[in-house]
Amino acid sequence: MSVTTRRTRLAAAALAAITAIGGLAACGNDDDKPAAGEKPAKLVVDTFGEFGYEELVKQYEKDTGIKVELRKTAQLAEYRPKLVRYLATGKGAADVTALEEGILNEFKPNARNWADLTPLVADHSKEFLPWKWELGKAQDGRLIGLPTDVGSLAVCYRKDLFQAAGLPTERDQVSALWPDWKGFHDAGLKYKQGSGGKAFIDSITAVSNGVMFQGNGDLFYDKEDNIIADTSPAVKNAWDTATSMADISAKAQTWSPEWSGGFKQGTFAATFCPSWMLGIVSENSGPANKGKWDVASVPGGGGNWGGSWLAVPAQSKYPKEAAKLAEYLTNAKSQVEAFKAKGPLPTNLEALKNEAFIGYTNEYFSNAPTGKIFGESVAKIQPTYLGPKHQAVKENALEPALRAFESGQADKAKAWEQFTKDAKTQGAF
Amino acid sequence: MSLSATTAPPSPAAPPSPDVSSRRSRGRLLNRLDVKYSPYLYIAPFFLIFGAFGLYPMVRTAWMSLHDWDMIGDHSFIGFDNYTRLFSDEYFWNALVNTFGIFALSTIPQLLLALFLANLLNRTFLRAKTFFRMAIFMPNVVSVAAVAIVFGMLFQREFGLFNWLLGLVGVDPVDWDGQRWSSWFAISSMVNWRWTGYNTLILLAGMQAIPKDLYEAAEIDGAGPWRQFWQITLPMLKPTFTFVVILSTIGGMQLFTEPLLFANGNILGGSQREFQTLAMYMYEMGIANLNTAGYGAAVAWAIFMIIVVVSLVNFLLVRRSAK
Repeated sequence: MSVTTRRTRLAAAALAAITAIGGLAACGNDDDKPAAGEKPAKLVVDTFGEFGYEELVKQYEKDTGIKVELRKTAQLAEYRPKLVRYLATGKGAADVTALEEGILNEFKPNARNWADLTPLVADHSKEFLPWKWELGKAQDGRLIGLPTDVGSLAVCYRKDLFQAAGLPTERDQVSALWPDWKGFHDAGLKYKQGSGGKAFIDSITAVSNGVMFQGNGDLFYDKEDNIIADTSPAVKNAWDTATSMADISAKAQTWSPEWSGGFKQGTFAATFCPSWMLGIVSENSGPANKGKWDVASVPGGGGNWGGSWLAVPAQSKYPKEAAKLAEYLTNAKSQVEAFKAKGPLPTNLEALKNEAFIGYTNEYFSNAPTGKIFGESVAKIQPTYLGPKHQAVKENALEPALRAFESGQADKAKAWEQFTKDAKTQGAF
Repeated sequence: MSLSATTAPPSPAAPPSPDVSSRRSRGRLLNRLDVKYSPYLYIAPFFLIFGAFGLYPMVRTAWMSLHDWDMIGDHSFIGFDNYTRLFSDEYFWNALVNTFGIFALSTIPQLLLALFLANLLNRTFLRAKTFFRMAIFMPNVVSVAAVAIVFGMLFQREFGLFNWLLGLVGVDPVDWDGQRWSSWFAISSMVNWRWTGYNTLILLAGMQAIPKDLYEAAEIDGAGPWRQFWQITLPMLKPTFTFVVILSTIGGMQLFTEPLLFANGNILGGSQREFQTLAMYMYEMGIANLNTAGYGAAVAWAIFMIIVVVSLVNFLLVRRSAK
């Protein structure tokens, strides 16, 4: 008897457990939008890497009484899958979301996932770098993002290695070595000769990155989003310039262990530095190499690698307040503060003229006036239209083909063939 | 028969009160229901969890694979187009070749070595058996990411240990991730290092289940250790071996972490996809590219079908050869 009752109880418990699991699936519908004009208790901000918003957010909390939660993700590679999950499930996204250039372009074809900021904020179109402002718009004209920073290029170089190889070390003289890419290659050959055959730059994909944004027209897509990777003169130019540098390259893929180890070992003497890269260079080189690096201008003037926007997901319950917060974080004063805190380069024209910004020098890089160098370089960036899958074509078609050529796995013609074929499949959307 | 209770002549004892009898029959009904259905309830938690995390994703993936699916946008039904596209997709076949290549390079030497080691550990004269058995299993306890990162460093082009050793004997440094054979070799060595001990232990357990009198009889008949191995150990090990082979097949077909970390996290697996496995290709199409999620789902189902077929072939082969 006691056995049977125990069994019955167990069965009942199991039944209860099943209904509980079934019940779980039923909840989770919280589509209750707050009444218009209601003030949110809290806004959430999602960023990756270092945006330098910690102090700014505290100030905002004080000014408005709205609590702000700052969610930071260290790596862009971890950040993107999270965003995709939020958008695919329609849940979990922050009210203000930082979008890196590649992600923004990828999300543009599905612009409905993002709130149109035009009616939510004042007209700021004249306050930012015009091309940067335009990139924040989707194909249908919807304003998705307010500009934060830009990855304006410079060249980081090792003074001690330059000196040992008989090259000038003063940053103005170094910049004068390479008014154009031909001059850069010549300097590389001279370094190779003077150093007993050592490599000059880290990789040729770094070169293609630099050349692409120097204003030779559309890259992988035309303005109607047709893939033109195989016929675009700008891409061909970047390709030819990059492949010509193979003889002075250390063939160290960016972010690989060979690459990060190379900074300490001195496997290459120069690399292309967007402003956000300075921190990475100093970290990889270590305190022992402090003062050995310096910053010169990039050949051909200008260049861009990375940069971000702030957007408001359509799923946010408080789009108006979120837009206001994004507006605050991207204004001139905030951008200068963020630059001083963590180094993202301003895109707000007023911030770029700010004394504190222009006068800034970087101690690790031999006190180079990085504010001035990058500020001047920003002005030279040419507005370039990027198609929806620009990043995928660049990372999964162009750069693998360049690496295959660089490492001798494919000759130039075959590598080009690989690139144009992959560009078509990677670029389809 | 069940009616007999009511038609039976009244017993000398006082008849049970109606209240007691109804309670008793309710108890009997519960008892019958209990016997009949509660076993299903006991196993229900497993099936519920399997349903939620195993079956549902599979069905959902199958459904996705019949669509042109954008992860964060629209989707439309396209029937079996994704599957027909697989047949003409050069990179799918490339991933298939890579997967099978790495699978062969890892599974075959690994199982042979495991068989050899298990046979050694099974010897009666061996001292410190437990120590050796523990030691041989240790690599399996190490996290796969740690294994891949350490091996990735050993196989580095500039500062790697293997290239340094090769340099000592006058061989030029090898660009391990630059060619097919070298990258396959590097990845298989990670798999082998991690899984040989595991398979050894399973085979050893199988060997110890073989009755000792068989060996004694063989010894009396004059069979040496070699002959004993071939004619007793191997045939008797057949079911264990089948199990090990099928497990290795499933693992080999789903190989993902080792090649991904070997490529520094690049989902393409080498600049010319030299070591992109099927699982990596599935990830590239289904998750990394937002707009080809449906096609990625088709790749996932293709992997599933391939595992089923390869396991079946292995099963038949092992069964036949052991006969």
